[in-house]
Amino acid sequence: MKKPTRAHQKFLIALGLACVTLFLLVPLALIFAQALSGGLDLLLANLREPYMIHAIGLTLAVAALSVPINLVFGIMLAWCVTHYDFRGRKLLITLVDIPYAVSPVVAGLCYLVVYGIESSFGQWLSERDIQLMFAWPGVLMVTVFVTSPYVARILIPVMQAQGQDEEYAALCLGASGWQIFRRVSLPKIKWALLYGVVLTNARAVGEFGAVSVVSGTIMNQTLTLPLLVEQLNNDYKTAAAFTAASLLACMALLTLVLKTAMEWRQQQAMRRADRSEPANPVAVAPAAQAG
Amino acid sequence: MSSLTFPRFFLRHPILPGFSLTFGFSAFYLSLVILLPICALLLYLSDMSWAQYWQAVSDRRVVQSYYVTLSGAFYSTIAATMIGMLLAWIITRYDFPGRRLIDSLVDLPFALPTSVAGLTLATLLVPGGWLGQWLYPLFGVKLAYAYPGIVIAMTFTSLPFVVRTVQPILQDIGNEHEEAALTLGAGKVQIFCRVIFPSLVPALITGASQAFIRSLGEFGAVIMIAGNIPFKTEVSSLMIFVRLQEYNYPAATAIASVILFSSLALLFLLQLAQARYISGKTK
Repeated sequence: MKKPTRAHQKFLIALGLACVTLFLLVPLALIFAQALSGGLDLLLANLREPYMIHAIGLTLAVAALSVPINLVFGIMLAWCVTHYDFRGRKLLITLVDIPYAVSPVVAGLCYLVVYGIESSFGQWLSERDIQLMFAWPGVLMVTVFVTSPYVARILIPVMQAQGQDEEYAALCLGASGWQIFRRVSLPKIKWALLYGVVLTNARAVGEFGAVSVVSGTIMNQTLTLPLLVEQLNNDYKTAAAFTAASLLACMALLTLVLKTAMEWRQQQAMRRADRSEPANPVAVAPAAQAG
Repeated sequence: MSSLTFPRFFLRHPILPGFSLTFGFSAFYLSLVILLPICALLLYLSDMSWAQYWQAVSDRRVVQSYYVTLSGAFYSTIAATMIGMLLAWIITRYDFPGRRLIDSLVDLPFALPTSVAGLTLATLLVPGGWLGQWLYPLFGVKLAYAYPGIVIAMTFTSLPFVVRTVQPILQDIGNEHEEAALTLGAGKVQIFCRVIFPSLVPALITGASQAFIRSLGEFGAVIMIAGNIPFKTEVSSLMIFVRLQEYNYPAATAIASVILFSSLALLFLLQLAQARYISGKTK
């Protein structure tokens, strides 16, 4: 790291700063400027609309349910592929990447084909008056699909880098499997885990493509906040659309702050682990960043 | 006993307890959440005849949408790679005010919901918008609700992939190689082209492929800015949506299968390339 001294270095920095300003800062500023363009009273009135309150509630509920589900799955998968060596281990790691690569709309359609009225299973469900698609359970199911890789993808490289000597020591001392996880492994992966939760939450709140396929966009029933943004914009209610957008932007900014803080803590923890045990170089999978 | 007749399942004897629980749950969850829906999509396809399938995926409007998606993803990947490379370079190399801020802000496209990104970029770029009022007279072409908007939205959403894959490599390279090259009399350009760039190529390829895959599947941001004019600015994901709204499920599924296969093929190619590269490096 050095101070820029030469002209071309200053030029590169200026160019980078210009890109960031135009591409990231100006859009952020626009969201809040548009939300406030009608004055604070209009913003508050928009926030108090029943459809807005309902969308906020639904979005939070879906995130609150899908995050714990994927947290449990992520821990289980990461534990399984990093603590044991068996045939098909690589396959599991590859399978969990699929939701990154699949277009969200395709994912939504897949769920529609399984649980919608078109399939025999869907018909069996509808004969029993269980409606999954075009209702909130469908929204939850596709959200679980698109957010499933995050926790696992972040934990796998961390667990690999940390090794398992401490777990073996605990086993020798007579700890049970749960005790080993709870008192040895969990403290080591604490920050990575929180980081995974933050990313999973951000994606769960912001998912658009998959949710829009299975939600049916019914006002006051299945509209999440990102869908509401589109719906209001299509109805030419720009101020209301940007009100919803500003809520989501606040969530995004909070995510960035937490993410930065946790990356920092994680690096500290890694550095400490590295110092005591320099054998394992840290290889962070680039896919862990994928969104 | 089974190890006599079958190849051994465990490559190393499991020591820690909990294998059956974690493996069982992971395999069950992956099957239920990921594999079952994808298999159901393929099963649904099997009800169609080849002629029907071909008709659905080779419809003129659909073919045009493949072209728009592929070319848009291609241009946006180039743009994201160049901007991402620039940002990664200045973040890791130079110390300047705002460096930490940029480092954190780069992830904004991950954190910001795509529909919000699309709406915001569209509002910025319309001829009367904050940026549109300057850019429209400059270029004389419509940016929002037209083809350039698609490229801009895709670039926005895929920008972090490149930065976040190149950045750790740039940090790891350190100064030793450069200084060695410098003492051997290499010029600045020579050092960049022959010392730094070759070690960046794998990361650049990974980042660019991830950006490309993401752009192919991007939906929320693109439909908010594209204008969605048939034959001109419709992307393939949108065509699935259009067919669904016509209640033409078979056609929607057929188009989805094309997208699904191409993105899965890209994913496996990328993982294969990564495995090859990493194994080649450690040998």
